[in-house]
Amino acid sequence: MKTEAHTSHAADHHHDAHAHGSLSTYMLGFVLSVVLTAIPFWLVMGGALPSKHVTALVIMAFAVVQIVVHMIYFLHMNAKAEDGWSMMAMIFTIVMVVIALSGSLWVMNHLNSNMMPVHQMSGMK
Amino acid sequence: MTIAVKPTQTGEPLFYLADEHPHPEGWSTPLGFWIYLMSDCLIFAILFATFGVLGGNYAAGPAPKDLFDLPLVAVNTSMLLLSSITYGFAMLTMQQNRVGATQAWLAITGLFGLAFIGIELSEFAHMIHEGATPQRSAFLSSFFTLVGTHGLHVTCGLIWLVTLMTQVWRFGLIEANRRRLMCLSMFWHFLDVVWIGVFTFVYLMGMLR
Amino acid sequence: MSTNPDLIKLVFGRLSLESLPLHEPIVVGTFGVVALGGLTLLAGLTYFRLWGYLWREWFTTVDHKRIGIMYMILGIVMLLRGFADALMMRLQQAIAFGGSDGYLNAHHYDQVFTAHGVIMIFFVAMPFVTGLMNYVVPLQIGARDVSFPFLNNFSFWMTVGGAVLVMMSLFIGEFARTGWLAYPPLSNIGYSPDVGVDYYIWALQVAGVGTTLSGINLICTIVKLRAPGMSMMKMPVFTWTSLCTNVLIVASFPVLTVVLALLSLDRYIGTNFFTSDFGGSPMMYVNLIWIWGHPEVYILVLPAFGIFSEVTSTFSGKRLFGYTSMVYATVVITILSYLVWLHHFFTMGSGASVNSFFGITTMIISIPTGAKMFNWLFTMYRGRIRFELPMMWTIAFMLTFVIGGMTGVLLAVPPADFVLHNSLFLIAHFHNVIIGGVVFGVFAGIGYWFPKAFGFKLDPFWGKLSFWFWVTGFYLAFMPLYVLGLMGVTRRLRVFDDPSLQIWFVVAAIGAGLVFLGILCMLMQFAVSILRREALKDVTGDPWDARTLEWATSSPPPDYNFAFTPVVHDNDAWWDMKRRGYKRPLTGFRPIHMPSNTGTGIILAGLSTAMAFGLIWYIWWLAAVSFIALLAVAIGHTFNYHRDYDIPADHVVRTEEARTQLLAGAKS
Repeated sequence: MKTEAHTSHAADHHHDAHAHGSLSTYMLGFVLSVVLTAIPFWLVMGGALPSKHVTALVIMAFAVVQIVVHMIYFLHMNAKAEDGWSMMAMIFTIVMVVIALSGSLWVMNHLNSNMMPVHQMSGMK
Repeated sequence: MTIAVKPTQTGEPLFYLADEHPHPEGWSTPLGFWIYLMSDCLIFAILFATFGVLGGNYAAGPAPKDLFDLPLVAVNTSMLLLSSITYGFAMLTMQQNRVGATQAWLAITGLFGLAFIGIELSEFAHMIHEGATPQRSAFLSSFFTLVGTHGLHVTCGLIWLVTLMTQVWRFGLIEANRRRLMCLSMFWHFLDVVWIGVFTFVYLMGMLR
Repeated sequence: MSTNPDLIKLVFGRLSLESLPLHEPIVVGTFGVVALGGLTLLAGLTYFRLWGYLWREWFTTVDHKRIGIMYMILGIVMLLRGFADALMMRLQQAIAFGGSDGYLNAHHYDQVFTAHGVIMIFFVAMPFVTGLMNYVVPLQIGARDVSFPFLNNFSFWMTVGGAVLVMMSLFIGEFARTGWLAYPPLSNIGYSPDVGVDYYIWALQVAGVGTTLSGINLICTIVKLRAPGMSMMKMPVFTWTSLCTNVLIVASFPVLTVVLALLSLDRYIGTNFFTSDFGGSPMMYVNLIWIWGHPEVYILVLPAFGIFSEVTSTFSGKRLFGYTSMVYATVVITILSYLVWLHHFFTMGSGASVNSFFGITTMIISIPTGAKMFNWLFTMYRGRIRFELPMMWTIAFMLTFVIGGMTGVLLAVPPADFVLHNSLFLIAHFHNVIIGGVVFGVFAGIGYWFPKAFGFKLDPFWGKLSFWFWVTGFYLAFMPLYVLGLMGVTRRLRVFDDPSLQIWFVVAAIGAGLVFLGILCMLMQFAVSILRREALKDVTGDPWDARTLEWATSSPPPDYNFAFTPVVHDNDAWWDMKRRGYKRPLTGFRPIHMPSNTGTGIILAGLSTAMAFGLIWYIWWLAAVSFIALLAVAIGHTFNYHRDYDIPADHVVRTEEARTQLLAGAKS
């Protein structure tokens, strides 16, 4: 094809879309993920924490941390990729996800408590 | 309405590129694929929202505690996690231009993915056999749809993986194929991220209910 | 027929001779006219041997300009269908008084109002807006095409696929009778067992795939393919609003996809998402579909705002007032549009705290919109305004949209909404903003960019006639609905008891008739302009003395848009070039790398449509076969690595030489 144009162009723009990982970063990510997966399973299966409420909060925190780990070590997210557009797109998406998720839960929860549905919404937080 | 005139060294403003190179092939692809993944992320967000709202409506049917088998979920999670790291190895060997090793790691990734799908299907079959069908309650409808959509994505990933292995086999690790492998890599790791949400919110929190 | 009924069911699913609406004389008549027209068209194309030309140059094209034009044609065709529905409704409501049942039975009337809403939003407004963005954005940013040209072709044909399904429902089976958002439980299988809702679901799903992909495509185009020097804050405002619109598309259409998928699961396999039994919640559907639905209205109106910005500044001969505030207002609207969805169902019963939150966010959104309005006013202030048609549409917009915006703020007050909800006041409000905003904007855009696309201006006489019919017709048609809404008349009614209401409906029907004349004049305008194209010709490529890059190239632009990629120094790039003595390059042309045409897009979209048809009618073998074919063609396409070609340098030289001579001819 047109490799010449390509290489010179790539050199011009420092266009390395998503930085590639190395063996060590992949392994680090993997080990972290294993740990971050194992602990929540252990917490729930072993019933290590006395309160269900606390357990739920803790495993949610672990999930968030593990998502960040995956983003960094497996998806190689950083603020520089694509001139920051990847990061921007992700932040925007997270905002949208939070709005849609928490909004729906809030709206429907209020609706259910106001309108007294036939079925009850047990276990809603 | 004054316009600041900034002349070039020669005094004439530069209005066009006389010596230009076209954008390299696939110039927009990584960003485009990333934005696609973001739209996919919203699909899952809405499925999670549906599960969040309807997931407690058992309609006097089975509840998570009656259905979920956490050790099996743990095994399944490890299948997906292992497939993630083996895909990582495939990408590393791809950078070193080792076609055989890349293909081998891709194949191993595919097998882990297949195992994941197999375990998930057997879990579904077991639940349906027990009478916990998607029709039984809103909880089960949203459970099967959320987890099933993730499984469907993994299945698409597998079909894509086989296609790419064929293409690497036929055309080698050419630039276009490297780009495609990188897109699939993003897809695959993205599915793993979604699975973190699934095992946390659906399975673990379900058992806490 | 005495064959095995099981076999017939296997082959035809639910489809039978009874599915054809032969008992509806209106539909049969329409079918006759459409079939006759269609056959004439097909015969004409065959007689003049145009099929090969159409296939090679248009159906398989990946050129963003041609795809843009095809979107506009789709929009115009569907506008005729959607408007026919509107006329039928107006006529029905004007005569169904005093015991009269009107001329439409309930079964037909309910389909008409559903089809009207669905078609106008998804297959008129969306193709118009997407078409303009497709045509203009790459030119405005100095690019040669969009980021993913094949995907662009595919997106277009998916939109057509959706439109084809809606049109099919008119003659084969029926369309949904649920209103344009198909709320359950009415749209569930128990209350809508026929194919109508399935047509609705699959038409929107097929078109929705196209819309999402074209959104991704245009975001990438704007982010990655801007000409050198064009920083974000030097982008033309239309490109900015297009960027925000496409961000909204990508962030909201997946929601629609999921909601419709869940509804189809309820209908096809009996899950319980939106049923009233087994823990399902129909309210959840309403909640989710409006998470898509509210951003959707901003998807439509933001590009219109961009068009008005370009038009105002061009025809006032001034730089746009408050460019920065315009950009920030657009971005703020983008975010806020995602935070207001509940105002569509204040009455559902979420309570005071939820309602006040969404009421307040809704009112806040009028602030950036108001800021835009002032920016346009200040751009016109002390400008040398030329009242060409695009500018006239802009002024009509400013007056009309402000009225619509103010009634919107009224509706944003939850206690007021409890009175006005579901009334004709609401209908008047959203037609006020969608016609006054989106439709007028699209017409301004058509008038503004038509000479760019075809090399001649539109005929002003018929244009002005159309303008005045449209504007007066609009006010006559919708102002009475505000009154009726305040009197408590709810939407979607077929017959009325209170004779004192009739006069208002008659006035509204007259208004709709005037709008119809407006549409006819517009078609006349196209025809007359084509006939008078020599007199209306523009060879400069810049007929309006405009300001942005699309006017720097010839009209119509060559396949490659720009022989050399422009370099941008100012946010009115072309104005800046004209001011500082830009000389068109005459030598040094090189080969230009361009994507090749492909028929894969239309084939994939055709297979998707066939699959949807199979699913609608329970013809499972057809669905399965088309799905497998779809997969095979898609995978097969990825084995083609040679997707582009070079336009040879001497071809570029010839094209540019021809333009040089035209320009010289214009000067002498």
